[in-house]
Amino acid sequence: MSPESFHTLYKLLGSVSGFIYPNELEIRWSILIVVYPYVTGLVAGAFILASLVKVFNVKDVQPVYRLSLLTALAFLLVAPLPLQAHLGRPERAYEIFLTPNLSSAMAMFGFVYAWYLMGVLLLEMWFEYRRDLVVWSREEKFPMSWIYWILSLFSRDVSERAVKFDMKAVRTITIIGIPSAFLLHGYVGFIFGSVKANPWWSSVLMPIVFLMSAIVSGIALVIVLYMVLIPLKGGKIDMKCLDTLTSYLFYAVIVDFSLEALDFIHRLYESEESIQILGVLIADKLMISLVVIQILLGMLIPAGILVAVKSMKFDPELRKLLYFVSAILIQIGIFSTRWNVVIGGQLFSKSFRGLTTYKMEMMGVEGLLVALVFLILPFIILGVLVKIFPPWKASELGEAKTS
Amino acid sequence: MYRRSFLKGLLWFISARIFSRNGVTRAIASTNPDTTATTHANGKSIIKGYDPTRHRYAMGIDVDKCIGCNRCVEACTVENDVPPEPFFTRTWVERYVIKKDKSVHVENISNGSDGPKERLEEADILRSFFVPKLCNQCENPPCVQVCPVGATFSTEDGVVLIDSERCIGCGYCIQACPYGARYLHPKTRTADKCTFCYHRIVKGMLPACVEVCPTGARVFGDLKNRASRLVRFERMNKIHVLKPHLNTHPKVYYADLDGEVR
Repeated sequence: MSPESFHTLYKLLGSVSGFIYPNELEIRWSILIVVYPYVTGLVAGAFILASLVKVFNVKDVQPVYRLSLLTALAFLLVAPLPLQAHLGRPERAYEIFLTPNLSSAMAMFGFVYAWYLMGVLLLEMWFEYRRDLVVWSREEKFPMSWIYWILSLFSRDVSERAVKFDMKAVRTITIIGIPSAFLLHGYVGFIFGSVKANPWWSSVLMPIVFLMSAIVSGIALVIVLYMVLIPLKGGKIDMKCLDTLTSYLFYAVIVDFSLEALDFIHRLYESEESIQILGVLIADKLMISLVVIQILLGMLIPAGILVAVKSMKFDPELRKLLYFVSAILIQIGIFSTRWNVVIGGQLFSKSFRGLTTYKMEMMGVEGLLVALVFLILPFIILGVLVKIFPPWKASELGEAKTS
Repeated sequence: MYRRSFLKGLLWFISARIFSRNGVTRAIASTNPDTTATTHANGKSIIKGYDPTRHRYAMGIDVDKCIGCNRCVEACTVENDVPPEPFFTRTWVERYVIKKDKSVHVENISNGSDGPKERLEEADILRSFFVPKLCNQCENPPCVQVCPVGATFSTEDGVVLIDSERCIGCGYCIQACPYGARYLHPKTRTADKCTFCYHRIVKGMLPACVEVCPTGARVFGDLKNRASRLVRFERMNKIHVLKPHLNTHPKVYYADLDGEVR
């Protein structure tokens, strides 16, 4: 630990209110652990959106199918990095695979992650892109032709039968993928929800709240990406797709909000031993991040905007603007949700008699800068993925242009 | 040929890691304050003839006897290489003051890690007492349950220990402990907490905090030994444990504990 960290902790001693156990001064799970469930949520949400097309045959959102898969992959590749960076002994991370403690929820991370990456996402993408990879390996020049050929795992068969098999495989994988995506993020919620020592976390609803907020954030992200990437690629935004996407986004927001409201009312009504300190926590420490950003800006305002757009006949340009603003607000709101869970849960003492303060580092390993890198990195990876695996065919962009 | 020997080595490495989970040798090695190769060797010689299955260690705290002198905290710090900073500790003493208006004021008098102190008028005070705190060495420890790599484990003689050479420093155990007994050691970057001075007790010595307590407020003993002071302590007092509703089954027993203590 650096002398600066000690200095910060000494300074924090003065800002403790009430009584805390001595070891509780330091917030052990920092901004990086806020980034982790946020990023994983985006993965699960984007994948579930993609599965709408394949499993539930929602044809309207077909234009974002491949984009959703690429987004899920880009964020999934980054998901373990904040965890790794956060460890006290990152060089020993492999122990989690070698000697996993089967009673630990966290020990399952490696296996859930590996299954989701290898067993679901990469496999689905391969079948989805296989035909195109073969075609591109023929059309493109060296070295891309070779890259596509290798990525297609040297397959050459683009016969109708083969392509039909690909589509069947994609559908099967997606059906397995939905519970896997639920597992991936529900499991993250379980890591928090199963900590009985912490009344802010300990809730049976936690995995399901995490999951719903994941779906919300995933759909919102894909909307933003679609609205930014399509004009950049010279295409025209498919309004039918956007309208359907935002409808799903709205439903997800309503379910998410209802679940969180249920959790809140349940706690308030049961009024257990911890209720007083949790009240103080919200009033003193989380007023801005919970009430203003998460609930008002991240939920009520965008939900209101979406209701207005759906019930009134705005012209497409205004609709696009309002959709975009809602999606961005929701994104900020969900990040704030993660913050309130992770940081909020460590701000109060388990003696229920006092509060500590979180002072975010700027430059350190667990600082803001590193967190920003982990938040920006998936977009860079996505940029590369979109370049290598174009989510839209030229004809699709062209069709949209003429429609 | 090289590949074969590499694979063979890898297989040995993995199986050795998987099967070297518990055991007293690991326990001694993981609790000795200076874990060097020699102390590992010493650890083996210490445990010669020691049978952990014949012991069940626990601690009693006689709340009324604690005078808040903090010698226990000092002894622990010296014995176990606890960082000097006030926000990392293996044991501490809380002072409770319950005022006549029933408001409760709690203060950590060991290392001043809570906020600014308030001066209380004597006339307003209803009752006041000290409560030493430490790891509760739970029978059903949430820290052991959540540790992803099995670095935190329960020994056969009833102590919860951390293998600092396996701990990855994820902090899940710190979050799971309801008693705030754990911290991440700033030097080793691994979790740390009270071990009942395991390196001492297997030699038949007392934990450092118990040995220095001038009033006998801390009572250490072996539940499997009927002649133990702790067994007598349990017999002679009304016993309570901290946060019993969490079903952790602590093995730190408090006599005359006030209902305000959490």
